[in-house]
Amino acid sequence: MTVLLEVSGLVRRFGGLVAVNGLSFTVGSSEILGLIGPNGSGKTTALNLLSGALKPDAGDIRLRGRPVAGLSPDRIARLGVARTFQLVRVLPSLDARENVLAGLAFRADPLWGEAADREVSHLLQRVGLGGRGHQRSAELTYIDQKRLELARALALAPKLLLLDEWLAGLNPSELQDGIGLIQSLRREGLSIVLVEHVMDAIRTLCDRCIVMNAGSVLAEGAPDAVLSDPQVVHAYLGDPDA
Amino acid sequence: MKGVPLALVVAAMGALALVPFLGTGYHLALAIGILNNLVLATAWALFSGPTRYVSLATAAFFGIGSYAAAGLGEALPWPVLLAVALVLGAAMALVVGLSTLRLSGIYFVIFTFGLSELIRQLVTWWEVNVSRSVGRYIFLDVTQEGIFWQLFGLAALVFLVGWLIGRSRLGLALRVVGDDELVARHCGINVTGAKLLLFAVSAAFMTLAGAIMAPRWTYLDPSIAFNPVISFQALIMALLGGAGRLWGPLLGVVPLTLLFEVLGANFPNAFSILLGLVFMAIVYAVPNGIAGWFEGAWPRAVRLLPQKAVR
Repeated sequence: MTVLLEVSGLVRRFGGLVAVNGLSFTVGSSEILGLIGPNGSGKTTALNLLSGALKPDAGDIRLRGRPVAGLSPDRIARLGVARTFQLVRVLPSLDARENVLAGLAFRADPLWGEAADREVSHLLQRVGLGGRGHQRSAELTYIDQKRLELARALALAPKLLLLDEWLAGLNPSELQDGIGLIQSLRREGLSIVLVEHVMDAIRTLCDRCIVMNAGSVLAEGAPDAVLSDPQVVHAYLGDPDA
Repeated sequence: MKGVPLALVVAAMGALALVPFLGTGYHLALAIGILNNLVLATAWALFSGPTRYVSLATAAFFGIGSYAAAGLGEALPWPVLLAVALVLGAAMALVVGLSTLRLSGIYFVIFTFGLSELIRQLVTWWEVNVSRSVGRYIFLDVTQEGIFWQLFGLAALVFLVGWLIGRSRLGLALRVVGDDELVARHCGINVTGAKLLLFAVSAAFMTLAGAIMAPRWTYLDPSIAFNPVISFQALIMALLGGAGRLWGPLLGVVPLTLLFEVLGANFPNAFSILLGLVFMAIVYAVPNGIAGWFEGAWPRAVRLLPQKAVR
């Protein structure tokens, strides 16, 4: 397996708080890496550093060997890193089609015009929003907004997809659909970093898991092994008699 | 519905084009006022509409254009002067934009207002200490009809450029930026570059309007050319009409230019107070602009019609 993403010694401070403290890991091509840990352990900060929304104070991020740490988010997006947000962020005054078009029109090999229209329809179909293209995205339900956000991320034709609790809040049947969709993306060669609290999804999807606590890696390995690690249980639940 | 905006713009421009042939000198002056405001408000909305960055720098660009005409009008052929004004305005917008477009919301508003005032003070200082005179006389061989047709061409150009931008990737980029800058960045949009480019295009039109209008005042001083009322009027007119659409400002420019004309003629001393009251009334009564109200009202009206009539 070739290494797509290589992160080493990543540090990010907010004032006195060290949100990410010496984080190192790799993601292979077509691999799904789970990033889990209690609230406030630095998962979302890590995604923000990978996508360029935040600049690291120290450390190195390499995408296919190329250093990307500190690049602007639009450069990183054009290099093939797409993301969704923990609190869903659609473009409210645009309709669903335009939301997806926003992902197609500014990537490294931009699509525009008829070719873009076809791809928009295809992507909306794929996330289960076929025929809803002309609805204003602010009027979509929360779940449909999440679908739309994923379609916009996929429109970038990314090499690496960063999903921040994308499966949270789905009902059981939607969850099955969502898991199926993510698996099909991986089969197409996409690498995915998944920040998630839904344990079933983590067990089903992730090849490897990293457990973060207080900004650094607490444990790493296959989901089942990691989730039964006493240290991990302690980090989540505290002392048995607490 | 699709054809309505185009028909509206064509009808308005067509009606204005008749004024030099059918109207009196007063009508022509009024039409010049309307065209000038139309260029300023539409150019303002070109940038501020989609990005929602409220700029109060209209007077700065307009004044620079006026001063370019006053200072260089006799030395350069007129088309060359217009080209110089355009480059000056766009260049200044790029410099200003690089330093301010990273600011957001209210900070941008205040910075652009402060910038206009700063430029006005700098020009005043230059005129007093270097030129040794506060004002300038402009004697250029341009008729009122000449000014009218130049502004008419400029207005047509604003609509053409605005229409082309609206259809382009740049137009989409700016609407994405207006909705959510962070998402725009993660979509691969060079946010600063897109904003800067459109700010410069918008400023170039404002500067040209200033240069074309300058010969109308035979006397020019910084308090005329950089009058902050220019910035506020462009903003009010665009907001009343609807800044989110290319044809929106037109709907605000015509009634407000006529209203300000009446107010200015009858209550010259209370003009600023009345301007403020009009501004407040607009923000309360038509927050989405006439264009937004119209687009909302159209489906409502259709629903109210008997079903047979609609089909």
